[in-house]
Amino acid sequence: MTENIERHRYDVVVIGAGGAGLRAAIEARLAGKRTAIISKSLFGKAHTVMAEGGAAAAMGNVNPNDNWMVHFRDTMRGGKFLNNYRMAELHAKEAPDRIWELETYGALFDRTKDGKISQRNFGGHEYPRLAHVGDRTGLELIRTLQQKIVSLQQEDRAESGSYEARLRVFAECTITELLVDGGKIAGAFGYHRESGKLVLFETPAVILATGGVGKSYKVTSNSWEYTGDGHALALRAGASLINMEFLQFHPTGMVWPPSVRGILVTESVRGDGGVLKNTEGKRFMFDYVPDVFRTQYAETEDEADRWYTDPDNNKRPPELLPRDEVARAINAEVKAGRGTESGGVFLDIASRRPAEFILKRLPSMYHQFKELADVDITTQPMEIGPTCHYVMGGVEVDADSAATTRVSGLFAAGEVSGGMHGSNRLGGNSLSDLLVFGKRAGEYAAGYVDGLGASRPKVSKANVDAAAETVLGPLERTGGENPYELWHELQTVMQDLVGIIRRKHELEESLKRLADLRERIANVGATGGRLYNPGWHLALDLRNMLIVSECTARAALQREESRGGHTREDFPAMNPTWRKINLVCALEGDDVKLAAQPVPSMPPRLLALFDRSEMAKYLTVEELAELDSVVAGNNVVAERAVN
Amino acid sequence: MGALRRFKVWRGDKAGGQLEDFKVEVNEGEVVLDILHRLQATQTPDLAVRWNCKAGKCGSCSMEVNGMPRLGCMTRMSTFAEDETVTVTPLRTFPVIRDLVTDVSFNYEKARDMPAFAPPSGVAPGEYRMQQVDVERSQEFRKCIECFLCQTTCHVVRDHDENKKAFAGPRYFIRAAELDMHPLDAKTDRKDFAHEQQGLGYCNITKCCTEVCPEHIKITDNAIIPMKERVVDNRYDPLVWLGRKIFRRDQLPAQAPAPHPVVAPRQPPPPRVGTHHIPLGVIWHKPQPDGLEAEVGPDGKMPLTEVTFDRAGAASPFGDNVTFPLPPDSLNYQHPKSDD
Ligand SMILES: Cc1cc2nc3c(=O)[nH]c(=O)nc-3n(C[C@H](O)[C@H](O)[C@H](O)COP(=O)(O)OP(=O)(O)OC[C@H]3O[C@@H](n4cnc5c(N)ncnc54)[C@H](O)[C@@H]3O)c2cc1C
Ligand code: SF4
Ligand code: SF4
Ligand code: FES
Repeated sequence: MTENIERHRYDVVVIGAGGAGLRAAIEARLAGKRTAIISKSLFGKAHTVMAEGGAAAAMGNVNPNDNWMVHFRDTMRGGKFLNNYRMAELHAKEAPDRIWELETYGALFDRTKDGKISQRNFGGHEYPRLAHVGDRTGLELIRTLQQKIVSLQQEDRAESGSYEARLRVFAECTITELLVDGGKIAGAFGYHRESGKLVLFETPAVILATGGVGKSYKVTSNSWEYTGDGHALALRAGASLINMEFLQFHPTGMVWPPSVRGILVTESVRGDGGVLKNTEGKRFMFDYVPDVFRTQYAETEDEADRWYTDPDNNKRPPELLPRDEVARAINAEVKAGRGTESGGVFLDIASRRPAEFILKRLPSMYHQFKELADVDITTQPMEIGPTCHYVMGGVEVDADSAATTRVSGLFAAGEVSGGMHGSNRLGGNSLSDLLVFGKRAGEYAAGYVDGLGASRPKVSKANVDAAAETVLGPLERTGGENPYELWHELQTVMQDLVGIIRRKHELEESLKRLADLRERIANVGATGGRLYNPGWHLALDLRNMLIVSECTARAALQREESRGGHTREDFPAMNPTWRKINLVCALEGDDVKLAAQPVPSMPPRLLALFDRSEMAKYLTVEELAELDSVVAGNNVVAERAVN
Repeated sequence: MGALRRFKVWRGDKAGGQLEDFKVEVNEGEVVLDILHRLQATQTPDLAVRWNCKAGKCGSCSMEVNGMPRLGCMTRMSTFAEDETVTVTPLRTFPVIRDLVTDVSFNYEKARDMPAFAPPSGVAPGEYRMQQVDVERSQEFRKCIECFLCQTTCHVVRDHDENKKAFAGPRYFIRAAELDMHPLDAKTDRKDFAHEQQGLGYCNITKCCTEVCPEHIKITDNAIIPMKERVVDNRYDPLVWLGRKIFRRDQLPAQAPAPHPVVAPRQPPPPRVGTHHIPLGVIWHKPQPDGLEAEVGPDGKMPLTEVTFDRAGAASPFGDNVTFPLPPDSLNYQHPKSDD
């Protein structure tokens, strides 16, 4: 290596400037740590900006019956009880504080009549729970955090004369490798997108907040950033991923025109009264309410319609079932030949709500359809279909500290972490997840650095040289393959063979094709120089997409049941035995290895929040027997206490 | 397979560059950004362009399409004639990095100079109470996606790097207005700051920024004018002074409240009793003269103040008689050199 590599030294390096990354950085800085924030795109553009519907927090502003226990219950039901219960519990308990805190940073949420934060209905949430700002909640969240970062920088400047004394943002900088020293994080290596120059961060603590993996699919609501970098970085550093088979396909993505295929239509359209119809004009969701949800959803259109104004005395419309159910229903309708030409169904709010209402509640949806599809949603129905949206799987972390279990000094928060959402995420639970676990990651990373004292792990020169070589490889290679073509092939494999509905032979086929692609991706080339060269950037992202796709395909093949964001045509039902199992991926050499690991089981105090009849639908016979004995035991204890 | 269309794309870096011609497939429903992506995938893998959401939400894909500052992902190809050449150039106000990517750090620096929200003392988190009507005014400005199209359009800095130091630009005027109108912000000197530190006085309300804003934020009417109006109570602002000169009492609409006597420009302001308000119904613009080329001085640049110009408000930087989209052969794009 002849190049002089730019070096920085920080206490904590946060990779990702979305909601999770910024919240983590704020916390680390508040704990007094010198903190760097690194982001592939410009500051304030991260994916979080696209979130529309809102952030779930049981503040009880609209319906006072709401509290953390109800929220916890909804989250576990949504995730089909595969969630890490402790994460779901912390999330439900801490989300309101994290939202209120945003107001002290300057956020302006929509208000209730008595001046509190307004909350809206969303699929799978029993009460109106999503704090929101029209349909641009993510923008509000990221802008607020961005401005809080600026305000901390202003404090630092007042104190030390420099804005960047303790908190610095490295925008348009991509991390390609984590550097590890004997099982401990020592640094992070990457390049500046603008200049193509290499950069090394020496740091004992790294917080991954890199978001998801959607760009491995053709139809997705995700942006180019979602190449699974954090997942892959963690794997290569020796950490593990869990639940990678669970991908959320959002039921309502745009399907026409082709160029906007996949772009999200927010769930709030349904929360605010929109209904799904097939080409025969039938409101079909009533036919798709699964047994486990039967008691909570309306059976007639009349009852469903009454719910919007009188939710306490009516059951909710089936359009608000969790996303996996709705996505599967749409898929089934289209397959049965009741879909539109472009393979979607209709989402109709025009015939159900007055134009002013639609304009006020869904301004950016109105805008989006008007500008991109020339459809006026106040007079016409929207054409929609499922789109790859969110990855439930991610880096395996300890619930309380967000620390990875196998590499010291490596933390993960936000979409890149796994466990919290189980097999399916409820809408609105991500934005609150970012805040709750972003804060925790920042706090515990700072604590970890304190604990290290003066003995920090060292970056080895050999590791840096190897990382630099990998980065420059595609540029130096002559006759390498075109990255855009490889990317397209990878997307085709994932979309066609590891999509919403999965089959054994297709998954096996996908693994073969991925193995083939792996060799070709190792030989990818890029033309042009190092200055802002997207072809080169893509070439480097490909290997991350590949390895993460492989994890998904392997886990999907292994899990022989259907649950949440994983549907097997050959195993269409939920299987209580599989509920007890998390599939964990790790690297052995260059190969992805899969292991089964028990799902942490809920303690009695949390189990008691559920009806036995409900649990009976999820648990094995033995688990139920155990549950009964625990409950009996508790009763004995309770009786003793009374006596 | 769609039709082949002609594109001109500026390619180069800070050392220089030129418009390159392309023939590329265009399908139904596509936007300019789709076409750039197709160019990347099929002809120029290293074509530099920023984007993220492809849905008009992140403000990354700002560029100039046929000379007009626009979001690439929200500019539909169907707005151009089939035989029209579409010309795509980088934002002109910011130094180019490569191809369509410019260095927008100017904006982040201005953002950092803006004092942050000051939480009210004694109000605990969770105890904030605000009415919807009171937050709505600030919420309009918080819709901003930071695409910086307004910043690149504003003539005060568009061809005047020398003004960049003193002028924060429309994006940060709305940020100042947002905080000024925030029901609970504890700082009370937002307007003074806008005037003294952000260079609000340079703005002569041409409204070009409002016109290009993809979020349809009424930057001038709802933020800049109200900020100026109050500033005028105690400070000299040439524009408001001019406004007062032009609209004499007898020219004001009859139903307008009786205005206070016109005050002459003054500095520092003499002590006054009572509050001054610009009467309602004032039209800020002189009637526009018919189509005119943008008037330029001997240095080839537009005059900065309307005192030496025939219109209140500078001419459109594109020339008053220009309609968009421009015929491509009349474009002579030249990127400002870094030492310009
Ligand atoms: C269209 C849409 C609508 C949504 N609506 C909602 C909603 O209403 N409610 C809800 O709760 N959730 C919603 N979600 C989900 C939610 O927005 C995301 O899950 C969440 O924003 C992820 O945040 P994050 O902080 O984990 O990552 P992100 O915000 O995605 O940020 C990732 C960051 O990591 C950086 N990064 C990635 N890789 C690297 C690398 N190698 N080097 C350096 N930096 C890197 C990126 O540049 C970026 O800054 C929505 C998602 C989409 C796509
Ligand atoms: S009104 Fe004109 S001068 Fe004022 S900020 Fe907007 S573009 Fe600039
Ligand atoms: S005010 Fe409008 S034009 Fe200016 S940066 Fe914000 S969104 Fe863009
Ligand atoms: S890509 Fe986000 S605004 Fe165009």
